[in-house]
Amino acid sequence: MSNSKLNILTKGFFKENPTLILVLGCCPTLAVTTSVVNALGMGAATTFVLLMSNMLISALKNVIPDKVRIPSYIVIIATFVSMIDLLIQGFLPSLSASLGVFIPLIVVNCIVLGRAEAFANKNTVFDSLLDGLGMGIGFTIALTLIGGIREILGSGSFLGFQLIPAEYNMLIFVLAPGAFLVFGFVMAAVRYIVNKREEKKKHCAAE
Amino acid sequence: MEYIIMIIGAVLVNNIILVQFLGICPFLGVSSKVNTALGMGAAVTFVMALATLVTSLMQKYVLEPLSITYLQTIVFILVIASLVQMVEIMLKKVSPSLYRALGVFLPLITTNCAVLGVAINVTQQTIIPGHGFSVIDNTLYAIAIAIGFTLAITIFAGLREQLELVEIPKGMKGVPIALITAGILAMAFMGFANLV
Repeated sequence: MSNSKLNILTKGFFKENPTLILVLGCCPTLAVTTSVVNALGMGAATTFVLLMSNMLISALKNVIPDKVRIPSYIVIIATFVSMIDLLIQGFLPSLSASLGVFIPLIVVNCIVLGRAEAFANKNTVFDSLLDGLGMGIGFTIALTLIGGIREILGSGSFLGFQLIPAEYNMLIFVLAPGAFLVFGFVMAAVRYIVNKREEKKKHCAAE
Repeated sequence: MEYIIMIIGAVLVNNIILVQFLGICPFLGVSSKVNTALGMGAAVTFVMALATLVTSLMQKYVLEPLSITYLQTIVFILVIASLVQMVEIMLKKVSPSLYRALGVFLPLITTNCAVLGVAINVTQQTIIPGHGFSVIDNTLYAIAIAIGFTLAITIFAGLREQLELVEIPKGMKGVPIALITAGILAMAFMGFANLV
């Protein structure tokens, strides 16, 4: 795999992380990160939709007329979302119950439509596949990070294993305010690191 | 009486932004001034009521009789997208002044997960116990939810107007501090938790 292909894949992990840097797809980030399992499930479902819709849209980019491209993208995305929704309902009913309405809401997740519009309709099928996979993994990383912090602080467990006795748990972190607070602090930390890195780069370039 | 309880529940107890986490994008995006926040609130109220009315009718008279509810997601998002487009075109002709006030927000609403979220939610739960699936109840519920949206976004815009004058660390500026403020606002809304 050449360097530029690798770059397409990995840019979503950190440098252009859809959630923490580009601030897209905030609703599921806040709503489903009460535990690591939910975060991973949501991340996997979104990655599937991103990957498939990016591939199909890229393959059809010369067929879809420019004027009706947004409705066409929405139909393509909604098809894959319905597929994954039914699959999760069938095979993982407990995950389906805890994610609830947020699985069908992947349709209106700005990340999916954003990648279709910004990347898939200009690039080759393989590049779009890598981009969708990278962005999906970046989204999953962000969700898992926030989900992990919330689960450890809020219910004292990680992936269901009890780490901290129940009487020391801070319930607020699994409730609504905790979602906003953890997301805010994680985003601030990531921005601080990214700023530091860029300053360093500039510093090196100046020398 | 049951309608009053339903409205209080939808506006304060189950506030769509601060409790249900729907419609966060406009909440963070267009909430820097109180006036824009009110405009967005009005546009969302209008679209949400209309969208829930139409999708509830679709659910009751098209999807369920033909037993094709698995197409719900696709049908609802198409209905909402075309509805927003139609409202935009009609407003432009009928009331140019209202169009100027709401126009910029309308395209944003198509991808606002709050509208689709409420439309799907009302098909999965009974709004008022004992009433069953009622299109009128659903529409009233959507209006109440939208009032809750407007309330949250307007309060938040007021806070953010003040926030711009405060000196904060560089990494915190913009969205992170807004999220932390929203967290504290959500804590305040937790006070309503056992109201109904």
